[in-house]
Amino acid sequence: MRSDYSKILSNGLWHNNQALVALLGLCPLLAVSNTVINSLGLGLATTLTLILSNLLVSSLRQFILPEIRLPLFVLIIAGVVTIIELIMHAWFYELYKILGIFIPLIVTNCAIIGRAEVFASKNRIMPSILDGLAMGLGFSFALVLLGSFREILGSGTLLAQADLLFGNTAKNWKINVFDDDSSILLAILPPGAFIGLGLLIALKNTLELRLQATKPVTPKVYE
Amino acid sequence: MIISPPIHAALRIGLFSFIIVGLVSLVYHGTKDKIADNERRALLQSLQSVIDKRRYNNDLVHDKIQLQSGGQAYTIYRARQAGKSVAAIITSTTTQGYNGAIDLLIAINVNGTINAVRILNHRETPGLGDAIELKKSNWVLSFNQLPLKNLDQWAVKRDGGNFDQFTGATITPRAIVNKVKNTALFFQQYQHEIFQ
Repeated sequence: MRSDYSKILSNGLWHNNQALVALLGLCPLLAVSNTVINSLGLGLATTLTLILSNLLVSSLRQFILPEIRLPLFVLIIAGVVTIIELIMHAWFYELYKILGIFIPLIVTNCAIIGRAEVFASKNRIMPSILDGLAMGLGFSFALVLLGSFREILGSGTLLAQADLLFGNTAKNWKINVFDDDSSILLAILPPGAFIGLGLLIALKNTLELRLQATKPVTPKVYE
Repeated sequence: MIISPPIHAALRIGLFSFIIVGLVSLVYHGTKDKIADNERRALLQSLQSVIDKRRYNNDLVHDKIQLQSGGQAYTIYRARQAGKSVAAIITSTTTQGYNGAIDLLIAINVNGTINAVRILNHRETPGLGDAIELKKSNWVLSFNQLPLKNLDQWAVKRDGGNFDQFTGATITPRAIVNKVKNTALFFQQYQHEIFQ
């Protein structure tokens, strides 16, 4: 039982990371990752969506007829995203304005319907919630890494506008890594997102190979 | 796998829709006042970026009219001090920029000078065209207190006018200058309707 939960966690965070391995949800990943705070905001919203949609799909799974499961998943996910959008609009207004169109577009993140289909519709509630959390954190982790890379290179800062997410106390969290004039503009433009994501995937694969070289080979089973 | 009759599937979808819509409308009713308040506050904040709040005492956000001119709709907020007109704040959009629409706020004083211009939204190239933002450069302040005279000479320097362009980016400032000029012409034409 315990090993099941740790497997769910390690799958979500590393072995089956939705952004770096499954390559799902790349549209918001590439578009919003120009600063750490934007990345974190979208990552958290996506994580919350994953948890809630997995929770609903798993708890309603006896009532979901197999032949209409996809429309029902879409309905549930769209409802969850709309609720999250309303909540952000009410309590995180500034961040909502920046993330803008990408909040409703969480609906189209294939990672969410993917987890509903592959995991939540076949598992009990607790593992499904954990799966949503792990997949969401794995996705956020990739987003924040890419966001840091692009913000440091492109703007020479880190954690700029942290107050959008953490309130007024976070206004002075911004770290100036180097002077704005010597920043690499390419990093915050769309090509920078593709290059950064490519480097991240390469880094992950390299680490994976290193780890495998030191361990005896075991067959891997993804779910 | 036993295929259930289509009517079951239809009823099931209906039931699910009912539940989900119910949940969404609950949240909607719980958040709508807060959202409306946020929108009002954000609008007021952007309006106050083009007019000093000591210069008016009316309910700026709600004192608005909409006018059509040349196929474009303008929303105009009217600042008044004790019932006397002070300035008109005109929202305007240009699509002549480098990347998508640019939304502007242009405040014009009742005496026919520009009070201030601010860019609300844009997606111009970071590091080049985004110098139209006050955060990035002071360029947009060059409109401040400009009288609406010799409007035909309002252009960027490359087009023979008086406004600076940016190194490597002429299209963006040209779009802004042209839009402010067109809005000024619109103001001169409809001044009476605006301050009714």
